[in-house]
Amino acid sequence: MKERLVLIGNGMAGVRTLEEMLKLAPDAYDITVFGAEPYGNYNRILLSPVLAGEKTIGEIMLNDDAWYAEHGITLHKGKKITQLDRIKRLVIADDGTSAPYDRVLLATGSNPFVIPVPGNDLPGVITFRDIYDVDRMLEASTQYQHAVVIGGGLLGLEAANGLKQRGMSVTVVHLTNSLMERQLDVVAGALLKKSLEERGLHFLMATSTEAIVGDARVKGVRFKGGLEVAADLVVMAVGIRPNTDLAKASGLHCERGVVVSDTMQTFDPRIYAVGECVQHRGTAYGLVAPLFEQAKVCANHLAQLGYARYEGSMTSTKLKVTGIDLFSAGDFTGDDSTEDIVLKDAARGVYKKIVIKDNKIAGAVMYGDTGDGAWYFQLMRDGTDVSDFREHLLFGQHHLGDAGHGQSNRVAAMADGAEICGCNGVCKSEIVNAIVGKKLFTLEEVRAHTKASSSCGSCTGLVEQLLALTLGGDYSQAPKKKSMCGCTEHTHDEVRAGIRANNLKTMRAVRDFFEWKNPDGCASCRPALNFYLLSTWPGEYQDDAQSRFINERAHANIQKDGTYSVIPRIWGGETNPAELRAIADVAEKYNVPTVKITGGQRIDLLGVKKEDLPKMWGDLSKAGFVSGHAYGKALRTVKTCVGKTWCRFGTQDSTTMGIKLEQMSWGSWTPHKFKMAVSGCPRNCAEATIKDFGVVAVDSGWELHVGGNGGVKVRATDLLCKVETMDEVLEYCAAFMQVYREEGRYLERTAPYLERVGLTYVKQRVVDDAAGRKLLAARFMESQKLAQIDPWKQHAEATDKHEFIPIKQVV
Amino acid sequence: MGWIEVGSLIDIPKLGARVVRTAQGDVAVFRTANDGVFALDDKCPHKGGPLSQGIVFDNRVACPLHNWVIDLEQGCATGPDVGCTRKHEVKVEGGQVFLKLSTASNVMMFAGQTAEA
Ligand code: SRM
Ligand SMILES: Cc1cc2nc3c(=O)[nH]c(=O)nc-3n(C[C@H](O)[C@H](O)[C@H](O)COP(=O)(O)OP(=O)(O)OC[C@H]3O[C@@H](n4cnc5c(N)ncnc54)[C@H](O)[C@@H]3O)c2cc1C
Ligand code: SF4
Ligand code: FES
Repeated sequence: MKERLVLIGNGMAGVRTLEEMLKLAPDAYDITVFGAEPYGNYNRILLSPVLAGEKTIGEIMLNDDAWYAEHGITLHKGKKITQLDRIKRLVIADDGTSAPYDRVLLATGSNPFVIPVPGNDLPGVITFRDIYDVDRMLEASTQYQHAVVIGGGLLGLEAANGLKQRGMSVTVVHLTNSLMERQLDVVAGALLKKSLEERGLHFLMATSTEAIVGDARVKGVRFKGGLEVAADLVVMAVGIRPNTDLAKASGLHCERGVVVSDTMQTFDPRIYAVGECVQHRGTAYGLVAPLFEQAKVCANHLAQLGYARYEGSMTSTKLKVTGIDLFSAGDFTGDDSTEDIVLKDAARGVYKKIVIKDNKIAGAVMYGDTGDGAWYFQLMRDGTDVSDFREHLLFGQHHLGDAGHGQSNRVAAMADGAEICGCNGVCKSEIVNAIVGKKLFTLEEVRAHTKASSSCGSCTGLVEQLLALTLGGDYSQAPKKKSMCGCTEHTHDEVRAGIRANNLKTMRAVRDFFEWKNPDGCASCRPALNFYLLSTWPGEYQDDAQSRFINERAHANIQKDGTYSVIPRIWGGETNPAELRAIADVAEKYNVPTVKITGGQRIDLLGVKKEDLPKMWGDLSKAGFVSGHAYGKALRTVKTCVGKTWCRFGTQDSTTMGIKLEQMSWGSWTPHKFKMAVSGCPRNCAEATIKDFGVVAVDSGWELHVGGNGGVKVRATDLLCKVETMDEVLEYCAAFMQVYREEGRYLERTAPYLERVGLTYVKQRVVDDAAGRKLLAARFMESQKLAQIDPWKQHAEATDKHEFIPIKQVV
Repeated sequence: MGWIEVGSLIDIPKLGARVVRTAQGDVAVFRTANDGVFALDDKCPHKGGPLSQGIVFDNRVACPLHNWVIDLEQGCATGPDVGCTRKHEVKVEGGQVFLKLSTASNVMMFAGQTAEA
């Protein structure tokens, strides 16, 4: 017989845990759910927009009865569990309904705190927690005029705004003299107060409540000092307390909340707990994002996989008052060990403050323009050293390295029809509808359902903003550690380190060691593993063709019609009549439909049938050509300009330099494609400053630039250093490529790599540490010995051309 | 049409595929890690990408063009993408692979339907 799982608390964290678990182990349990509220599971966060009349109850339902039925879950709505009998392993509800269990999931949320003043139990005095409360408020708003909201925090202000929208005159009473002081500094608090006042809210700051007056129903509120204001509705929003009643009664160890371990287990191993009711490592959370992280971990253990760990979350806050943009995360006040970077533009109503500690972001507050909140938050999480781009920090991510189709303006302002994802042509309204209609919570889900941000990724920031905008709260954040893919919880860096540390030399070994969920891995982790093994064990590891994307397997770029393109290497972009003639002959012999000069100073033969590839390569290599690797995560092109040989401005022989660089580095596999260029003078005709490694000749030698790219988001290079001789250029280049090969994450190009580790670090490895540089360069040259075998020649000569010809023709 | 011998199992790379060229278009014959063999029209239900060129893992293949993941047993895209490509019967006897071409019309369900459909 199946084990019996009982969920107590039919709310956001509990049900999310069930959803996560059902994904992992669809029929591990007979599931019974008890919920004190008479509804299915709904999105509590969106009660504010409901109150404000921007959404309906129907729109915020997450799981209706059908969902429970579909998954064979017994749902007891409107039944509150009053007894959790751990000896009999039985739960009993207020109406006598009972259910035996093998495991319990406790998700009882929290209770609004009601301040202990006389009259706090009068009709008309309510809190703001559930649909019931919202109904009471809506009722009142139709019959009465004056509302007093006690508490100027997140909840209080959202309630006040909602009631104002519903036509009541609202006064917010706050204990301190700054709103949301737990999320905002004084400046931001003041800006917020100003714009809320402009919307017609009244505030009583630094005021504490003495009593609630009235007899049959509330009539007013009296404050210390005697002031009294009229009120027909009083909303208490002064905070929440983890709801531990049931846990305490059943003898489970509780402090502020139900105490749980990193596996979300309470002191009774049969009883798990998630959500606002728990206390993990001393913290109780009041936002959904961390609760969803808890849900994932808890599901992992309920499904008996047993490897996930919850290590706590960083949280960030947004206020869901339409038209007010506000973001806050981490330590935004700072102390004498921190420095602030502040931008204040009162006219535009924009305020940004970033608190920096030891060159890392410790916290941020933003008001008016929160577009970059997600980015700061990520930098904060990753503990990225920001000293290298500190001066640009306040201007946001899209100011890092220049223009391009990267991050763009604020989505809130965009028209519904505005195209968000240029690759897949997805517009704003499509995404919003999917988020609402399909109840999507995360970036991954939006990608899966709409394809937005699933291709080049340049619109990811926008999609994240849309998620936040549509859902409120902070759903869009990436998990603290980004796992490699669905097959594992481990990150690229962990896996890579593990490969070296534990001498893992085959795919199988890696996947076994890290307990991959999916024995074969998947289309996204296999190419990555193949690269990590290849770059860690050059010569030893046997490259796995079946784990390479077709372009790399077929050594050509697949086209939309299934034909291929062939781009032979043209060293440094310099060619000659003989080479051109050879290419012309090949093009004619295999009647290539299109011959094109590429953007990389070489020639593309497009529209080649797969079975012709080996023969064509044969002919090309006879003529002395090797593969251009235009298809590979590998060295691509080395563009050059004519340089001093001809150009009246040329200072050095840029063409020869380029050819030397290409001859040294061709054939090497890199985390992402790697491009170089050499210009003969600062006029930079070869566009060296948007390449992964760019060389600009000057009279006294060569400037070396790194971490640039054109493409999706143009990023100009950073100057690495200046050297004098060609040999130095080669050595520095080899060293830089090697650090990148050893530390770059698969599909992480040099630009994001550089921004992750910091220019200072790369300088230290490649420039300052001369001995280290020589070692790096040596390792690079070592692996090149084995890499510089032309795949085209190989395949042309190979007797079995399996990959390329049909196994059988049936006529 | 009856069973056609298409060649021996070892000529298909593990976690890979080979193409059988037929009058009614290319058919992709896949081989999984544990020697499961499946045959589908070599046409992705999304935009006709050559599935034979994709990366194979357990009983699925990721299309080389836009990464839809197609289930090899049914020939259908795994959610939330929607669409199926025609499947054909295959069997392995004495290390040889035999294919029985489906006569079902090869109209494909293309994407565009919502996941609910
Ligand atoms: C052929 C070519 C266009 C042309 O006709 O000129 C080309 C074609 C492709 N580019 Fe490119 N890129 C070509 C030069 C460029 C350039 C210009 C350059 O290299 O100076 C750029 C901008 C510079 C840069 O990369 O920093 C460029 C930026 C991209 C990007 C965006 C990279 C980025 O980091 O944002 C991609 C997407 C990717 O690589 O993930 C891309 C991807 C592609 C792919 C491989 C897309 C794909 O996977 O099919 C295209 C292959 C088509 C094919 O079958 O050949 N191509 N691509 C150029 C080949 C150059 C060569 O000789 O090898
Ligand atoms: C108005 C409002 C706005 C919010 N805005 C945001 C926001 O913008 N961003 C954000 O991240 N978070 C926001 N939150 C917080 C977020 O909603 C909560 O963190 C989240 O809902 C907590 O989930 P939970 O499952 O722990 O508790 P809940 O969602 O409250 O679920 C607990 C459920 O258990 C039931 N229950 C309790 N005891 C028992 C019992 N003994 N037997 C049976 N059932 C029981 C309760 O009735 C309740 O339905 C907001 C909350 C409110 C009220
Ligand atoms: S690099 Fe300078 S010198 Fe060389 S061609 Fe360009 S402009 Fe002329
Ligand atoms: S054609 Fe297969 S995913 Fe687009």
